[in-house]
Amino acid sequence: MDRRSFLKGASVGAAAACVSTVAEARPNLEPAPEALGMLYDSTLCIGCKACVAACKEANNMDPVISGDDLQYDSAKDLSGDTLNVIKIYKDGTAEVKDHEENGFAFEKRSCMHCVDPGCVSVCPVTAMRRDPLTGIVTHHTDACIGCRTCMGGCPYNVPQFEYDEAFGRIHKCQMCNQAGLERISKGGMTACAEVCPTGATLFGPRTMLLEEAKRRTNLKGGDTYHYPRGDISKPESFHEKDLDANYVNHVWGETEAGGTNVLHISGVSFDKLGMPPLGDRSYASQSETLQHTIYKGMALPAVALAGLTYFVKRNKDKDGEE
Amino acid sequence: MSKAQPLGGTIFTPFFMAMMVLFAISVYFLGVRFTEGMGAVANINGGYPWGIWVVYDVVIGTALACGGYALAITIYLFNKGQYHPLMRAALLASLLGYALGGIGAFIDMGRYWQFYNLLLPWHMNFNAVMLEVGLCVATYILVLVIEFAPAFLERIGATGLLKALNKVLFLFIALGILLPTMHQSSLGSFLVAMGYKVAPLWQTVYFQPVLALLTALCMGFSIVIFEASMSKVAFKLDDETHLLSKLGKIIVGILSVYLVIRFAEILMHGKFGYIFAGDKNSLLFIMETVLFIIPIVILSSQEKRNNPKVLIWAAVSMLFAGSLYRFNAFLLTYDPGPGYSYFPSVSEIMVTVGIVAFEIMAYIVLVKTLPVLHKPKHA
Repeated sequence: MDRRSFLKGASVGAAAACVSTVAEARPNLEPAPEALGMLYDSTLCIGCKACVAACKEANNMDPVISGDDLQYDSAKDLSGDTLNVIKIYKDGTAEVKDHEENGFAFEKRSCMHCVDPGCVSVCPVTAMRRDPLTGIVTHHTDACIGCRTCMGGCPYNVPQFEYDEAFGRIHKCQMCNQAGLERISKGGMTACAEVCPTGATLFGPRTMLLEEAKRRTNLKGGDTYHYPRGDISKPESFHEKDLDANYVNHVWGETEAGGTNVLHISGVSFDKLGMPPLGDRSYASQSETLQHTIYKGMALPAVALAGLTYFVKRNKDKDGEE
Repeated sequence: MSKAQPLGGTIFTPFFMAMMVLFAISVYFLGVRFTEGMGAVANINGGYPWGIWVVYDVVIGTALACGGYALAITIYLFNKGQYHPLMRAALLASLLGYALGGIGAFIDMGRYWQFYNLLLPWHMNFNAVMLEVGLCVATYILVLVIEFAPAFLERIGATGLLKALNKVLFLFIALGILLPTMHQSSLGSFLVAMGYKVAPLWQTVYFQPVLALLTALCMGFSIVIFEASMSKVAFKLDDETHLLSKLGKIIVGILSVYLVIRFAEILMHGKFGYIFAGDKNSLLFIMETVLFIIPIVILSSQEKRNNPKVLIWAAVSMLFAGSLYRFNAFLLTYDPGPGYSYFPSVSEIMVTVGIVAFEIMAYIVLVKTLPVLHKPKHA
C-alpha cells in the first residue's frame, strides 16, 4: 500500500463513518419510567420565597444577604450558595400580575431535571448522574474535578461553582434526594413544594404533572379551578381560585431540548421569563452522536494509528537518521 | 546535514529578567487563587464558567503549539526530509505550549486535587468530549517529552539510550500525529454541547471538529514560520526562508478548504444575514475572516512568499485569525443569557501572561543549553 492509496482508503472510511451517522444518530433520551418532577405555575406564585428559605434549610445552606435587607434571603440568582430562587419579570408600570404589558410575573429558577441532561452528557468523570428510575439528576462531589463543563453544557445555567472557596464544589438542586437527605426515597417530597402556600410548586410523577399542566393551560379567564398543594399524587389540601388571566398555551419542559421533569406554566411568554431559545433536539444527543461517530469502538483512531505507524516507520528508515 | 547544537551564551539577559518579573507576578496571583478561590483572581461566573484560562491557555495555547504536529505530518507522512532542521525547535515549542495548556487546565480546575478521577475507568464518561480532550492532551504531553528526549540524551552523551530510543521512536511519532488530530478536533466539538450559547455564525453541529482541526494545522505551520523567523533574528541563525515559504504554500491549501467549509455551512443553514447584521458579532466575524484571507492572499504569490518580511506577516495574521476564531466562539460572542457578562480581570490576565513568560524563559534556556537549533556553519 502506498501513501496515496492509504490516504484514499482513510478518506473513504471517514466518509462512510459520516454517512452512517445519519442512520445511527442517537435520539433524545425518553423520560425515565417513573420520572418524578415538579410543576411550577407562575400564575399561582405570590413571590413569598418560602421555597427559597425551605430549600436552604433542607440543603443546609446559608442565606445570601445583599445590602441592609436582613429580613429575607436576598439571593438574586443561582450560585454556589443558592439552589432555588424566585425571579421577577416587570414591564412598564408593573401593575397587573401575569401580564406582559405594564405587568409583572414571577419565575422560579432551579434545576429543570432534564430528561436528556446536558450536564450528565458532558461530565468527564460521571459526577452528574441521572437516576435510571426517577430521572432525578444528582451531583457527586467525590467524583467532580471542577472543570465546570456542566455549567456550559446546561441550557439553564443551573450548576454553580463556589468561586469564593479555595476548595469549591459544584452545587445544583438534586430534588432533595441526595445521599444524606433522600426526602424522595423516604416517601416525602421536595422542600420547596412542601412549603408552597399556593401550590405554585407542585411535586409528583411527571406524567400526572404534565396532564395537570395541560388541563390548566386549556382554562379560560374567569374559569374557576381547584388547585392542589404539595404532592399531586396525594395532595394534602386544595384551594379554589378564579382565573384572572389566560395561561400561555405552552407547557415548558414537555419537549424543550428533549423535555424536562420540572415543568413550567405561565401567563407570560417564556422568553420574557428568561427561558432560553431551545429546539426539540437535546444538545446531549447531538454532541454524543458526533463523538460516537468519530470514536465508535476507537476503530477510526486504531486504523489511523496503524497507517501512520507504517508510513512513519518507512519514511524514517528511508531517511536513516533523526 | 548540519547538526543541532546548544547556542550557549548568557541566560540572564535583560529580556530574560523582564520575563522573570512577569512570572513572579503570576506566582503571587496564583497564591491568591489557591488560598482564596478562583473568584478572588478571575472574573469567571455562573454564566461564563470558562474564561481566558481555558480559552487562551488551553484552547488557543495548544493550537499555537501545533508546530510539532504540523511538521511531523510534513516530514513523516509526506516524506519531506528537508524539514528536519526545523523539527527540534518546533517540538520544543509544542512541548512548552502543551505544558502551558496542561498547567492552565490544572490552575482552572476547580477541584484539581481530584484530577486523577479522569484516569479511573469507573469514573470515565465516554460520552464526554472533556474526557477525550483531557486524556488525549495528557498523553500527548508525554509523547512530546519522548519525541524531544533525543536532544537531552545527545547533550548528556547517553549514546546507548539514544540508539534504543531511536529504534522505537517511530511509534511515538505516529502517536504524535494521531493524538493532536483527535484532541484538536475535539476542542471544536466542545461547542456543540453549549448549544444556543454559541452564536449562530460559530455554531454548527457536524463541522466543529473539522473547522477546529484545519485552523489548528494552519496555526501549527504558521507558528513554525514565526518561531524560525524570530529565532533567526534573536539568535543570528541561518536564513531558512526557502523551507518556510513552502510551508506557506501548504497553509494556502488547508486554509482554502477551511474557508469553503465555513462559508458553505453558513450559506447552507441560511445564516448569511448574520454576517451583515452590523452588530458586534458581525464585526467580529468580518475581522476574523479578513485575518484568514490575508495569509491566503500573501502566500498565494510566490514572490511575496519568498520575502521573509512579508512571509512572517502572513504567519502572524494566520495566528491572530485562528486565535480570534476561538476567542469569538468561546467567549466574545458566547451568550449564556441575560444577567451574565465576562471580561478578564487584570489579575486573571497576569496569570496567563506569567505562564507565557515562563514558556519563553524555558525556551531560551533550553535552546541555549541543549542541541535544538542549527548554528550557522560559518560562525
